Amino acid sequence: MAVAQLHAVAKNYGAIAALRGIDLTIEPGEVVSLLGPNGAGKTTAVRILLGLVQPSSGRAEVFGHPPASQYARLRRGAQLQVARVPETLRVREHIQLFSSYYEKPLPLEETLEAAGLGDIRNRLFGELSGGQKQRVLFALAICGNPGLLCLDEPTVGLDVETRRGLWARIRGYAKRGGSVLLTTHYLDEADALSHRIAVLHRGLIVAEGTPAQIKRQGASEGLEDAFLAITGNPNDVEEVA
Amino acid sequence: MSNVYLLEAKMEFLKSLRMKAYSLSTVLFPLMFYCFFGLMMGREQANGLMPMARYTLATYGAFSVMGATLFAFGVGIAVERGLGWMQVKRASPMPPAAYFLAKGVVSVAFGAIVVALLFGLGAAFGGVRMPLGQWLAMGGALVAGAIPFCALGLAIGNFAGPNSAPAMVNMIYLPMAFCGGMWIPFQFLPRGIQAIAPLLPSFHLSQIALRILGAPTQGAAATHVEALLGFTLLFAGIAWLGHAREREKMYG
Repeated sequence: MAVAQLHAVAKNYGAIAALRGIDLTIEPGEVVSLLGPNGAGKTTAVRILLGLVQPSSGRAEVFGHPPASQYARLRRGAQLQVARVPETLRVREHIQLFSSYYEKPLPLEETLEAAGLGDIRNRLFGELSGGQKQRVLFALAICGNPGLLCLDEPTVGLDVETRRGLWARIRGYAKRGGSVLLTTHYLDEADALSHRIAVLHRGLIVAEGTPAQIKRQGASEGLEDAFLAITGNPNDVEEVA
Repeated sequence: MSNVYLLEAKMEFLKSLRMKAYSLSTVLFPLMFYCFFGLMMGREQANGLMPMARYTLATYGAFSVMGATLFAFGVGIAVERGLGWMQVKRASPMPPAAYFLAKGVVSVAFGAIVVALLFGLGAAFGGVRMPLGQWLAMGGALVAGAIPFCALGLAIGNFAGPNSAPAMVNMIYLPMAFCGGMWIPFQFLPRGIQAIAPLLPSFHLSQIALRILGAPTQGAAATHVEALLGFTLLFAGIAWLGHAREREKMYG
């Protein structure tokens, strides 16, 4: 059974169409990237799979259940783009609390290790650097030992070294058999991490395949060129919407 | 699963305690006010019947629980909702009630701690003497009286933005304290304010506490309890509207 599925999912915010009917399936153990420019509908797709947004039409399922069901919640972890989380709790306390929501969470030590937080477990969240904060949010996503991990632009605003570190952690999670849905507008990130890439553009999936297939489809060597070939000139994206 | 509720409350408590803007102002303001108006003017008679140290113990007690709950809910929820943290929690398997119960229990506990400190000050320095049962009855009434203010805070928190929430809470909290007779005995308030006081939950809670104390009060005790129940329903309804509006935005 598929880990997560979107069937002809569309979402309108008033007169604006964020998603215009997309199909997407994530198989067990698969890392899938939703790649696209800002405003393409990536975050909306993730929020639908998290049960935070109801699609205007179409159907979404996580492990065969509605995304907002407790069944789905218990088997899913999420890292969202968050502006701020409570700053006066320690790293360890944040993880302990989140772990308690799940039925079979990872042991605290394992979560700290997997997110690279061992040394700063007793620091208050408010005292951490940007990269460390992202790692805590990643820890909250994996602490429940979920079968599906949804990461919404997890490395945005991070320096190269920190990004690479997070990539290694995402790979480590996938190696243990977990499925990952990742949104990104970094092409190298999608290339480095995913088994499959879906290119999202103005609410539609305009290309889907392995990183190699996507490159071929754009009739070019680099994924970046392929991306531009598939989606057209990115400069006119803002105007046409 | 009951473990989740306990842990949520423990973390809420630690979080609030370490947030100095909350913990210090919640504890210090009522104590400071009581020292100035209750203890330093302790020999004055309010209404010619009762020393200020005794009379204001009831009103500043009510002021304490009102502040502790209004700020925890009004500011706390506006901030955690507005900046995306609620979304992470809502996508998680957290039982939704855990979050609100933890906030309720912890903010009422903060209020109860301040009330206990006030009682201690009143007994030690204000010469306030009462049978144990009366102390407990007044403490219990004040703690139970926190509920409408939790609901009011929730209503504010569901509507206010993260940056405007503290100002909004203050704009409701301070006038409500003054006009409800929490700082100055009701009899000394200007006529116009006396007329609008019954429209404020702060007035009704103060009156209940004063009645237990044996101070002269306005109207029947039952009326005040009914008024607080009514306010709780009204504020809960407004809070629900705010929540529905938010859902509309997300589900629309």
